[in-house]
Amino acid sequence: MVEFLHQLSSGLALGGVYAITALALVMIFQATQLVNFAQGEMAMFSTYVAWQLLQSGWSYWAAFAVTVVASFLGGVLIERVIVRPFANAPVLASVIVFIGLGFIFNALAGFLFGFSVQSFDTPFDGRPWFGNKFMSAHESGSVLVSLIVLALVFAFFRFTPLGLAMRAAAQNPASARLVGVRVGWMLALGWGLAAAIGAVAGMMAAPIVYLDPNMMSGLLLYAFAGAVLGGIDNPWGAVMGGYTVGIVENLLGAYVVGQEVKLSVALVIIVGVLVVRPQGLFGRRIVARV
Amino acid sequence: MARLVWIALFALAAVAPFWLSGYHLYQFAQVMIYAIALLGLNLLTGFNGQLSLGHGAFFAIGGYGAAILIVKFGLPYYFAIPLASVICFIAGFLFGFPALRLGGLYLALATFALAVAAPQVLAFKGFDAYTGGSQGVQVPKPDALFGLHMNVDQSVYWLCLIVAALLFWLAANLVHSRIGRALIAIRDQPIAAETMGVDAALFKTITFGISALYAGIAGGLDAVAVGFVSPESFGLPLSLAFLVGIVIGGLASLPGAVFGALFIEFVPNYADQLTVYFGENAKALPGAVYGVMLILAMALAPSGIAGLMRSLIRMLRRA
Repeated sequence: MVEFLHQLSSGLALGGVYAITALALVMIFQATQLVNFAQGEMAMFSTYVAWQLLQSGWSYWAAFAVTVVASFLGGVLIERVIVRPFANAPVLASVIVFIGLGFIFNALAGFLFGFSVQSFDTPFDGRPWFGNKFMSAHESGSVLVSLIVLALVFAFFRFTPLGLAMRAAAQNPASARLVGVRVGWMLALGWGLAAAIGAVAGMMAAPIVYLDPNMMSGLLLYAFAGAVLGGIDNPWGAVMGGYTVGIVENLLGAYVVGQEVKLSVALVIIVGVLVVRPQGLFGRRIVARV
Repeated sequence: MARLVWIALFALAAVAPFWLSGYHLYQFAQVMIYAIALLGLNLLTGFNGQLSLGHGAFFAIGGYGAAILIVKFGLPYYFAIPLASVICFIAGFLFGFPALRLGGLYLALATFALAVAAPQVLAFKGFDAYTGGSQGVQVPKPDALFGLHMNVDQSVYWLCLIVAALLFWLAANLVHSRIGRALIAIRDQPIAAETMGVDAALFKTITFGISALYAGIAGGLDAVAVGFVSPESFGLPLSLAFLVGIVIGGLASLPGAVFGALFIEFVPNYADQLTVYFGENAKALPGAVYGVMLILAMALAPSGIAGLMRSLIRMLRRA
């Protein structure tokens, strides 16, 4: 039982990382109907930036804040310079560009920081919180951070004029443009936010999975599975899906399929959802008008 | 005219083993193997507009299938490779069936998952008896073709050449037939194509199957050419390299598969030699080249090297 609860709570910790990564994916998807295949590599690169700052003696939270802001700016820049020219290109072209971006970040990280696996500090070391026997301090901390990120994103989209403008731009670009929303910039902001959230996800994951240029391919896969499970057009669904995938993956890995083939759990979830309920648990079924 | 060029190239490739050394023959055999896989992926992505990020997995099924049939069941390679590729066709058909009814993006997601999960499944302990776990399977090299006097490198090379030529001929016939036109119609005007009586879901699924079959044949040849299969060689990087190959070579172009294969065989090779200047981190160079070339290709030359060659020929004709 103790072992089970332990597995459950580590699932929750990684689930938080999947949930916020899935949220970042859904944000881009809602605005552009595209899935950003470079999301994982961008997050990995951000994490390396934080690692470099920590190596040069910065305190954790300073490095954290600078990394998040830098990732935000980087995301905006990427949208403006690289993604924007392909706004009207077919899906195929956009996905190929995303894959290209992923290659570039992976290569850049390997070239600048090397390919060897690095350990990554956590701000939440020391004893487990509240005498909690099942979670390490880092696991509790990363659950907390993922919840804070979710609350902030929710508050931003729900209570601020800018968040409202971004939702308008995503849902109905033509009308939004007519009432004065600068739709192009809203997209760029969306990319910035996604990159910033990805940076947080990377920094929370790195102490658990360790830092190397390929650390995110598995994580991104689980985030995809979470987003597809919850419904790729529904932010809440994707978040729920992310947590669910984290828990399911951990429990199945510990008790059923074994640690070595855990990634196939994500494959089974994705294919299973597409067969049984393509719109995901909370998504809307899309009916195209001919 | 085009046909004459093809025949001349084939003749040149056929006599090349009399000059080239063993290692170069091996490299060009790899080029032909990649060309077959890229041809299959190009039928799917270039002609039919469906994006697969997981063809490395079908390549792996072909490779492992052939290796297991040869080693554990004692079949000769000329039975083992076709049989393994039929398995690939069935696997592709079954896998494509759920994903293809939905938008192209879902297929990209599902195949991405396939590519990432493949090495773990291949290394799975439960299949150890057949797959050799993380050790992989050793495959014996083929005998000389038709009992002629030749060394191993030459027979592998000619085997790949014959199979590649045959598969190119079949693909060319397929693309220029009614079915090929239906595939292109589904890519460009899915709704109009269905109104004209094209069963889009069936055609897409069969194309996925055929595409997996090509990848499977390539994988089988690869197992025989390399003499070895192991889980780590069939991961996401291989699947993404195939995507790079068809984009750089030229989407929806048959010769594009050859250009793409040359690109993904030789670029990592040359990048390796730059270790002298950049140290260990030169490992990053192929990825950087791939990424930059993908984005540049989409921005400047969406039809890849094949498209550039076509416009070059057109310019020369006009001059």
